[in-house]
Amino acid sequence: MIGQAVALKSDVPFPPEVGDFYLPSIVPWGGLDSLWFTKITALVWVSTALIIVFFLLAYRKPKLVPGKAQWIAESTYGFVRNNIAVEMLGARGVRFAPYLATLLLFIVFNNLWSIVPIAQISPNSHIAFPAFLALISYVLFNYVGIKKFGFRKYMRNSLIPPAPWFVLPILIPIEFFSTFLVRPFSLAVRLFANMFAGHMLLLVFTLGGFAMLQANTALAPISVLSWLMTIALTLLELLVIFLQAYVFTVLTASYIQGAVSEEH
Amino acid sequence: MNLSAAVEHSPILPLWQEIVVGGVAFAVLCFVLMKFVFPRMEETFKARVDAIEGGLKRAEDAQSEANKLLEQYKAQLAEARTDAAKIRDDARADAEEIRQEIQARAREESDRIIAAGREQLNAERQQIVRELRAEVGTLAVDLAGRIVGESLSDEARRRGTVDRFLSELESTGSR
Repeated sequence: MIGQAVALKSDVPFPPEVGDFYLPSIVPWGGLDSLWFTKITALVWVSTALIIVFFLLAYRKPKLVPGKAQWIAESTYGFVRNNIAVEMLGARGVRFAPYLATLLLFIVFNNLWSIVPIAQISPNSHIAFPAFLALISYVLFNYVGIKKFGFRKYMRNSLIPPAPWFVLPILIPIEFFSTFLVRPFSLAVRLFANMFAGHMLLLVFTLGGFAMLQANTALAPISVLSWLMTIALTLLELLVIFLQAYVFTVLTASYIQGAVSEEH
Repeated sequence: MNLSAAVEHSPILPLWQEIVVGGVAFAVLCFVLMKFVFPRMEETFKARVDAIEGGLKRAEDAQSEANKLLEQYKAQLAEARTDAAKIRDDARADAEEIRQEIQARAREESDRIIAAGREQLNAERQQIVRELRAEVGTLAVDLAGRIVGESLSDEARRRGTVDRFLSELESTGSR
C-alpha cells in the first residue's frame, strides 16, 4: 500500500526491495524505528484477536445441532483433528489436535493479510514468526519422542536406520543433519519464503505497472496487463496461503509421528 | 520510500521484538483455544456421537418392538381366521343338520296330517255310507211299498232285501 501510495506521486520506487517489507512504527512514541508497534505486529495482534473472538463467540453456547458459526468453528477444528492429526497419528493424534488446529489457524489468519486490501502484507513474510512457530514444532516433536522412549532410545530410533553396519558411519550424520538441523530451518524458511515471495511478486507487478506508465504513456496497455497479473497472482496467493499453512501443520504432525513411532 | 530505511534489515535474520510479539500472541491464542474452545468441541463431538448412537439404539429398539407386535398381530389374525373358518364350517354343518331335521319333522308332520285326514275322511265316509244306507233303505222300501201297493212290514224280509240290494249296488259302484 505504501508502495502504491508513493507510486501515485512522481517517483515510482522500482524495483521493490527488502526495505519495503520493513514499515515504520505506527505509534509516535519510541521513534519511527521502534519495532514494537509496526503494521506487522499490529496485524499479528489483530489476527490473534479475530480468531479468539470468533471462536469464543461461536462456541459460547455449543449445541448438539450446530448453528452456522458453531458449524464453521467445528469444521475447522474437525478438519485438523480428523484429516491431519488422526490421519497421521492415529488415535493418539487427538491429543495433539488442539495445538495443530491453533497452529493452522494462526498461520492462515496471518497469511491472509497478504491479500487483504490495505493490509496486503503478511506478518509471516518476516521470518521471526515462522521461525518461532518452527521452533515450537521442533521442541514439541523432540519432547514427545524423548518423553515416550527416553533420551537414549529416542536418539537411537531417530539416528540409526535399519541398515548394514558399514553404512552407518555415513547414515548417522545424515540422519542427524536432516532430523535435528534441517527440519526446523526448512519449516520456517518454507513458510517465510512463500509469503515473502508472494508479497514481492505483487509489489513487482503493481509497481511495475506504474513505473511503465510513468516511463512512457504508450506503455499503458502493458501496465494494464501488469495489473491484471497482480489480480491473477492475488488468486494464486490465496491458494499459497492455505497450502503453506496446511503444509506447516502436516509436517509438524508428521515430525511428531516420526518421533513417537517405534520403527524409524 | 520506507522511512525505516535508515536501519538495514536482512530478511533472513529475525527481529527479536517480533519474536516476542509473535510468541506472546501465539501463546495467548493457544491458551484460549486449547483451554476454552477445543476441549469443549471434543465434548460436543462426544455428546453428539452419544446422541446419535442413542438415537440409533432407540430406533432399533422401537423397530424390533414394532416387528414383535406385527408378528403377534399376524399370529393373532391367522388364529382368528382359523377360528372363523372353523366356526363357519360348524355353522354350516349345524345348519345342514337343522335343515335335515326340520325337513324330516315336516315330512313326518305332513305324513301325519295326511294320514289323519285320510282316516277322518274314511270315518266320515263310513258314517255317511251308514246313514245313506239306512236312509236309502227306508226310502226304497217306502217307494217300493207305494209302487207295489203292499206293505212289506215283514221286518226281517225287508232288511234282507235291502241289504242284498245295497250290496249289489256297492259291488257295481266299486267296479
